[in-house]
Amino acid sequence: FSSKNSSYSFFSCCLALFIITLSDLECDYINARSCCSKLNKWVVPEVIGHAVVTVLMLISLHWFIFLLNLPVATWNIYRYIMVPSGNMGVFDPTEIHNRGQLKSHMKEAMIKLGFHLLCFFMYLYRLVSKIAPKQQRDCLPAIISSIPLV
Amino acid sequence: MSAPAGLPPRPAAAAAAFSPGGPGSSLEAAAPGSGAPRCQNGPMQSQMQFPSGYGSHLPNYSAPSGHYSQVPNKAAASHLDNQYRASYYPGYYSAPAQNVMTSVGSNVLNAQESHQLYNNTPPHSGGSSDRPVQGAVSSASYLHVSAQQSYSAFDNHYSTSVSSSVASQGFPLNSDHYAMPVVSGAMYPNVSYPPVAAGVVYGQTFTSQSLPAVGQFKETNAFSSQSTSVPHSLQQHVPVGYNTTLSTVSSAQAVQDNLSRNLTGSVPKVNNQINTGGIDSSQPVHSVSQNVPFTKPGAGTSAASAVMSSVRSPAPSLSSKPPSSPSVTQSPELALQEALDSSSTTSSASPVLNNYDALEGGGYPETRSVTSSPVPSPSVLQTSKASKPFGYGYPALQPGYQNATPPTPVQPSNPGHHSGFQHYAQQYPGVSQLSSSLGGLSLQHSQQPESLRPVNLTHDRNILPVSSVPAPVPNLNSDLRKLNCSPDSFRCTLTNIPQTQALLNKAKLPLGLLLHPFRDLTQLPVITSSTIVRCRSCRTYINPFVSFIDQRRWKCNLCYRVNDVPEEFMYNPLTRSYGEPHKRPEVQNSTVEFIASSDYMLRPPQPAVYLFVLDVSHNAVEAGYLTILCQSLLENLDKLPGDSRTRIGFITFDSTVQFYNLQEGLSQPQMLIVSDIDDIFLPTPDSLLVNLHESKELIKDLLNALPNMFTNTRETHSALGPALQAAFKLMSPTGGRISVFQTQLPSLGAGLLHSREDPNQRSSTKVVQHLGPATDFYKKLALDCSGQQTAVDLFLLSSQYSDLASLACMSKYSAGCIYYYPSFHRSHNPAQAEKLQKDLKRYLTRKIGFEAVMRIRCTKGLSIHTFHGNFFVRSTDLLSLANVNPDAGFAVQMSIEESLTDTSLVCFQTALLYTSSKGERRIRVHTLCLPVVSSLSDVYAGADVQAVVCLLANMAVDRSVSSSLADARDALVNAVVDSLAAYMSTASNLQQSMLIAPNSLKLFPLYILALLKQKAFRTGTSTRLDDRVYAMCQMKSQPLVHLMKMIHPNLYRIDKLTDESTIHVNDRVVPQPPLQKLSAEKLTREGAFLMDCGSIFYLWIGKNCDNNFIKDVLGYPNYASVPQKMTQLPEVDAPSSERTRSFISWLRDSRPLSPVLQVIKDENPAKTDFFQHLIEDRTEAAFSYYEFLLNIQQQICK
Repeated sequence: FSSKNSSYSFFSCCLALFIITLSDLECDYINARSCCSKLNKWVVPEVIGHAVVTVLMLISLHWFIFLLNLPVATWNIYRYIMVPSGNMGVFDPTEIHNRGQLKSHMKEAMIKLGFHLLCFFMYLYRLVSKIAPKQQRDCLPAIISSIPLV
Repeated sequence: MSAPAGLPPRPAAAAAAFSPGGPGSSLEAAAPGSGAPRCQNGPMQSQMQFPSGYGSHLPNYSAPSGHYSQVPNKAAASHLDNQYRASYYPGYYSAPAQNVMTSVGSNVLNAQESHQLYNNTPPHSGGSSDRPVQGAVSSASYLHVSAQQSYSAFDNHYSTSVSSSVASQGFPLNSDHYAMPVVSGAMYPNVSYPPVAAGVVYGQTFTSQSLPAVGQFKETNAFSSQSTSVPHSLQQHVPVGYNTTLSTVSSAQAVQDNLSRNLTGSVPKVNNQINTGGIDSSQPVHSVSQNVPFTKPGAGTSAASAVMSSVRSPAPSLSSKPPSSPSVTQSPELALQEALDSSSTTSSASPVLNNYDALEGGGYPETRSVTSSPVPSPSVLQTSKASKPFGYGYPALQPGYQNATPPTPVQPSNPGHHSGFQHYAQQYPGVSQLSSSLGGLSLQHSQQPESLRPVNLTHDRNILPVSSVPAPVPNLNSDLRKLNCSPDSFRCTLTNIPQTQALLNKAKLPLGLLLHPFRDLTQLPVITSSTIVRCRSCRTYINPFVSFIDQRRWKCNLCYRVNDVPEEFMYNPLTRSYGEPHKRPEVQNSTVEFIASSDYMLRPPQPAVYLFVLDVSHNAVEAGYLTILCQSLLENLDKLPGDSRTRIGFITFDSTVQFYNLQEGLSQPQMLIVSDIDDIFLPTPDSLLVNLHESKELIKDLLNALPNMFTNTRETHSALGPALQAAFKLMSPTGGRISVFQTQLPSLGAGLLHSREDPNQRSSTKVVQHLGPATDFYKKLALDCSGQQTAVDLFLLSSQYSDLASLACMSKYSAGCIYYYPSFHRSHNPAQAEKLQKDLKRYLTRKIGFEAVMRIRCTKGLSIHTFHGNFFVRSTDLLSLANVNPDAGFAVQMSIEESLTDTSLVCFQTALLYTSSKGERRIRVHTLCLPVVSSLSDVYAGADVQAVVCLLANMAVDRSVSSSLADARDALVNAVVDSLAAYMSTASNLQQSMLIAPNSLKLFPLYILALLKQKAFRTGTSTRLDDRVYAMCQMKSQPLVHLMKMIHPNLYRIDKLTDESTIHVNDRVVPQPPLQKLSAEKLTREGAFLMDCGSIFYLWIGKNCDNNFIKDVLGYPNYASVPQKMTQLPEVDAPSSERTRSFISWLRDSRPLSPVLQVIKDENPAKTDFFQHLIEDRTEAAFSYYEFLLNIQQQICK
């Protein structure tokens, strides 16, 4: 679980990066070209990472979590596959300003960030509840306080 | 003030064609040609003179002037299709106001008069309204003469109006009313017209003003040259009206009906019924009965003025005034006085006048008063012209609107319905009359209701206008309208902006702008000043629509921030006076160009750099384009835009890439071959791009040698990608323009492509694939180029599939342009060869702007969300244009983010910052101002159908690439269905069984059908993929005028051109044949037809065409001897030949690319092309227009 937690914090960071970069673009701090090349670099790691985690869930027979992750992972893969051949990646600098794409990317990143944060705390809870019975109850606050370091 | 007192300035006004500015217009004399636009100038503009300092910055423009209208008449013709009326009309229109202005300027300067105007006493008002009437009458009557066709087209309506109460003066005004939509394009200051003629009218109308009414009216009419006196014209026309109307009686009855209803006290109806409705409900009958007699005596003006006065004044004055001509003679004086007052307020330096807030504040109570007492007093309206820039047109209109709908249910279905329409028609003229008589240009009063007039699409077969479709005029106060940007440069799909997104959604029409920012303008105010005044928060450039709060502060019209007026701005170089910031040229013109300081440069302005990348593979040599290109280049080498730093270079490629060392000092050009195409490098980076002037001889040598250098090549491969990479490397230090000539699918190195087209799928009705690029190589390259300020222009001359969808990316995102010549061959396809030649000439010599960026700003609350055109969107609203050319058009879609309830105007500003070919950094700024409306019917009234269709075409292209062609087609059909359904549901009383469209949208289904049958979107007909993609590229990058011709070509019958309804352009007589429906039913074997498709003219000759025509115009004895591939008309000395040629050359002059003429006989293979453009006919794969309408109707009913 701790590995999963760390992977989720990785996703969250990744999405936070997405959001920050996109809002930079929205505010005109960077231009579309650099924004998209920056973001496209992270699309593949995100897709792979999420797929791996999802598969791991399946392997470790955590059905509920697996099902929770499956739609998001599927969407990620679908999005990656459906990029038209002429585009420069999921984020295309020539299209990002058109038809509200920037906004929809932003929205998507926000939703996923929320999802990952939710997952993160859920796993954390489960991690804690799994560890806690084995150890002494009074360790719990210490564990919780150390969570941000995980 | 007495009439004589008003006289002295008039001679000046008579000369106003040249210097309407009156005093202080000395500069005008230096540029006589620039006089014309003055006539249109609003009151404030009339003061505008540019000191020579301004003019000196105009190397590219013919004359310095406050206006950018085309002064040479020829040029004038070039931008408007309806030049004639368009060009004359405004002159007459503005004449009264103008004259008044000039006289005012020297006489009265009382800024406070405006208040007094509100409290006008009846006689005054009568007088004041009289003044403008003249303008209206003269213009109207003139139009009668000039616009016979439009007149006849509207017979019905005329007749009703004639039969109606407003008779005598209603008549000419009606004509004016109807001609108006045709003319409306003319409202913009850039429309030019023969200065002398306008001047004459000017003088006449004005001087005659002090004369007794009858004489004066005669004189104005005399100008119109058909009928010398009013009675004649009236009596001529009245019977016509009666004879030609279908249902005069019924309409008359309708009138009666209305009148009786009026009597019973339905006040708003009365308003419209009688001109402009300044009359109480009890009065209309009086006024009617009084006016009618006047029709006969022919004292048109007196009657008019009588009506005007009656309109304005309370009942007693009504009865006393009209009959006496003395009273009329008196009224002009008063008119003058009045006019002086009102105009003095405008021309005075009072800061209040430009202050929208103050005006707005003032405007609203007025509005309320109008609505509360449903009698909009014309005098109030008039004063409002002087003092209230906006908020006015609408209130006055309201009754018209209210009136427009209620009568409808009364109408029975079939013929009765018609009479219903006439009924409206007859109501509106009153409004139009008032507005036109207001001496301003407030045509919207009539235009709005007219544009809302319901048209039964399935019944009315002739919906095409006589001449080309004009752009609707925004419903603004005349002052603002005069200042507003030309529709040629800047158009909005909805000239009435809906207040909220909800309202916009309800209207189901797209909201967007169509821009042609770098259009060739013959006149453009160029401003040099060390500080360019801009809003501190939103960076908007100061423009005519800002408001000056006081002398030292101005309020931004986009973000409403209050800014300081810089010290320098207080000085007006125009009048050399201090303290008149609102008279600066920036504030007087909505299109201006600034010379930018070094703040606007990231690096020193780049030189003009041109690089030609030429395909020299076997295929290319076989096609023979090199000869044409080299020839063209040799001819135009000196005309290439640039300065002494201009540089030029050449790269050729087949399976290798060849560079040419043209360094000065070499005895002959040196070819350097790089065969390592996987890792391309520049052999001698310094000497490949050379100074054009220093190495001219070498360049000429190369161009002479080039066509023959590769004649025996056996290389069939094409390494386009590597050649482009090399070109990019070569250009990246400076930026500039790369022109790529490609004749086949690139087959080697980076960016190689494979054939994706399946010829069997060409006529598939299902899926059209491969509309998008196959690789991102060209896109990336384009973005790299764009980043280095380099644009790539693509000339694709291929006979087989070349994957334009992929190749086009290199131009699309680098702000280049795309030319495509399918099945090009120098000798086998002379039409294409000629086209290439002409295109190249234009391409090489047209203006060019380098390292450009364009930003579109709009009033807070609106936001731009999608851009169409060739460019790269660098950040939310910044378009990066490596090059900008005068033939590039752009479109943007907008949404309304915040409700616009607290504003009555919205503005859009386009700023294009570019480096001219002379190395100057310049900013061209266009500002468009539009009113905000809150009702759905107003939104429909302001719909600009051409702009809507062009924007939809752009959206459909996006849709077909991102989704599928079928989706895009469905979306187009749905656009019509939804908007018409929404319209019909607003006018719920309309019969659901009929397909009704507002007049403003009556062409919408036709245009959409034309779009569906356009190469880009058609299915079922065999269309090559490249052709389709090219059509799509054009839709994205063509300006509106060209795009409209492409979508819906103009068809004229030219075998019977007569001298009737001709126009004079540069002492040539140009006949004006009426537009024909695009239907084979219009083609007769006895005729000859010219189809103007924008880039090509088809001249179709019927089998039994008159031999005289064939002999005179084509130069052949009979039909059989006319050759198949004829592309030129011989110069035969016969009137019919002269007419035809002058008509065709006039059409050609109106566009930058001169189109190729193709003569089509019955058995010609090009015949199919011609017939494909007859979009109203049914084809094997598509609906006819009527079927399409039925289909729409069905979908609406569903």
